[in-house]
Amino acid sequence: MDLEYSAAERAFREEVRAFIKTALPDDLRRRAGQTQHLDREDYLAWQRILHARGWGAPSWPVELGGTGWTPAQRHIFDEECAEAGAPPQLPFGLAMVGPVIATYGTEAQKARFLPRIVAGLDWWCQGYSEPGSGSDLASLKTRAETDGDDYVVNGHKIWTTQAHFADWMFCLVRTDGSGKPQDGITFLLIDMKTPGITVRPIISIDGAHSLNEVFFDNVRVPRDNRVGEEGRGWTYAKFLLGNERTSIAGVAASKKRLHRLKEIARAEFAGGRPLIENLPFRDRIAQAEIDLMALEFTNLRVLADESAGKGPGPEASLLKILGTNLQQAINELAVEALGYYANPYEALHDGDNRSPVGPVHAEGLMEAHLYFRAASIYGGSNEIQRNVIAKMVLGL
Amino acid sequence: MDFAYSEEQRMLADSVGRFARDVYSFENWRKLSDTEDGFDRANWARMAELGWLGACLPEEYGGLNGGGVEAMVIAEAFGRGLIQEPYMWTAIVGAGLVLAGGSAAQRTALLPAIAEGRLILSLASAEPQSRFDLNDVACSAKAEGGGYVLSGHKSVVFHAQSADRLIVAARTGGGQRDRDGISLFLVPAQADGLTRRDYRTTDRRRASDLTFYGVRLGPDALLGPPGGGLPLLEQAVDRGTAFACAEAVGAMAVLNEATLAYVKTRRQFGRAIGDFQVIQHRLVDMMAALEEARSLALVAAVRLDAPAPERARAVAAAKAKAGQSGRFVGQQAIQLHGGMGMTDELSVGHYYKRLMMLDVLFGNADHQRQRFAAMG
Repeated sequence: MDLEYSAAERAFREEVRAFIKTALPDDLRRRAGQTQHLDREDYLAWQRILHARGWGAPSWPVELGGTGWTPAQRHIFDEECAEAGAPPQLPFGLAMVGPVIATYGTEAQKARFLPRIVAGLDWWCQGYSEPGSGSDLASLKTRAETDGDDYVVNGHKIWTTQAHFADWMFCLVRTDGSGKPQDGITFLLIDMKTPGITVRPIISIDGAHSLNEVFFDNVRVPRDNRVGEEGRGWTYAKFLLGNERTSIAGVAASKKRLHRLKEIARAEFAGGRPLIENLPFRDRIAQAEIDLMALEFTNLRVLADESAGKGPGPEASLLKILGTNLQQAINELAVEALGYYANPYEALHDGDNRSPVGPVHAEGLMEAHLYFRAASIYGGSNEIQRNVIAKMVLGL
Repeated sequence: MDFAYSEEQRMLADSVGRFARDVYSFENWRKLSDTEDGFDRANWARMAELGWLGACLPEEYGGLNGGGVEAMVIAEAFGRGLIQEPYMWTAIVGAGLVLAGGSAAQRTALLPAIAEGRLILSLASAEPQSRFDLNDVACSAKAEGGGYVLSGHKSVVFHAQSADRLIVAARTGGGQRDRDGISLFLVPAQADGLTRRDYRTTDRRRASDLTFYGVRLGPDALLGPPGGGLPLLEQAVDRGTAFACAEAVGAMAVLNEATLAYVKTRRQFGRAIGDFQVIQHRLVDMMAALEEARSLALVAAVRLDAPAPERARAVAAAKAKAGQSGRFVGQQAIQLHGGMGMTDELSVGHYYKRLMMLDVLFGNADHQRQRFAAMG
């Protein structure tokens, strides 16, 4: 039992910090601090910078082009990236479809897709939810029929994050409607440039465009782009969600946001004193900080089990619930700290020389608060996560 | 980083776990808690024999050289078994104070006696007005004739009726809430001028309120530097607090297991109540509460030997969480057991009472959160 970082791990932290300091461009850092929704090229630029250093895939084994880092190293890396204000790495390839291809894909699929994910050349999006299939994902209706060497896909996906940036989609389609809903699902990789695909934006409550609807009208997908066996897609989808849940805890990003919240609470005033001295507010910050410590070490315990070959088990669902609750609590406190200046909601564009309305630290906080209301819905709603734990862990 | 127990720690966990399960069955606990002392001296002798009383003492005093993790292993099992013996007061808080503050003579006289089960200690620090503030000490010790004269009141001193010696915090200088001027004294439990009002506690333990009417102490009663006792006291109380956190984890684990088993068997509306989603989600939240508390109890245990600010921060976070999680788990366990959860016959209510009293011990969740917040 040893929860402190070793000398080697401390040296590793210095190495990461020094690298980010020189490698992260100032304008990218600035934009990443202002908004939840960067442009495509901003995300990919950071991925390429990391890839050039050999750090493109922190959670992947070396043989797949990853770093082979220990859980502690990954945690350190996440913390340093968040603290430096680097853009997040995209989860769609690295945390979601990548491990599925690596585990269930053919050698040709691995060779074709995995290196391009690590190198930041392909943008992936997730074709899971449909208008009638949210939490009840297995009821999905988008269908794929065989025609020669192709599948022909027809249907309608929704809530597809950044589909308008994507080169590829990993998509759940129905190839058989006769048995149990879970049994007839197939996992396809679809080139977003294929004729018959239409992407339509959905504007979310933060006023931004990150979500989309995707329509499929006789879209031809080669059989070679099927992962694993036909009809076994539900197994791969569940495997993917398990991986997603561990990365979804967001400990490093929450640490950075809590740090920022405390700075704001020191700068704002209540009753003629710094807000951070206001006992009810201070108490709520302390509660969030204690919850964050608990989450951090629960996350590390799960990752340690994982590297001992035990996971990621359904316990990961617990991290998703706790992590997203905490993200929401911290973002909400930040907005509350602003008082009246929670009101102005106007992003300044590059090239606009006026100073923002209200304190500089207010920038992007309401946007983040609104956006993170989605956290307890996406990746399997927190209610569904409770169902998963009840069934898989508690045996209910 | 490494979250695994060592081989020795696993063996310790097995052995304390067996004791909690076999010797401390719920029926035995009930009988024990009705005896005069509220615990069993034969168990105490056994704890000495198995090395547990010296688990966290250096080898030179007959100990096993363990630290916070060994204490946590023991505490968790003690929490599972509702173990009543004054272990934490003697082997963790008392021994910790003697080890950290005692003279060579005091250490040699007292520590081996603790390890061998010949000495029971308790701590008299709280007072009627102090609530959870260790620095709020009105009890006075006046220097007189080369020794001291002790006067004042102490509240809720656990196992005072069974203790051989009490460690008493008293003022040798400064104002009632000053950090400086607090001294610690080793006081014989049967000293002249010391009166006790003994009572049972909510969780069927024994405690006393004490009044010192000019109790005369020799110069050798002083434990640690005169007027500089508070940092020692804070350190020892942090050790006790970390122990309480792990004890709460053990108690919560029992309640979660019992509640899960109950909802799988109790049938209403033609099905097990565990089939209902509202019950399932409650059990998941109970599990989450336990795992959060466990993670922080671990951090507190491991950081007990860190510099004071880091230690105190980890302990405050852990105790705040243990208090919140303990109340939540305990209350939901009663709720989901329905009317049965209300009965004295079932263990559930007794675990809840223990968790409530563990929350109060050394400062409840609100107090710990405020303490944590004040550290910045």
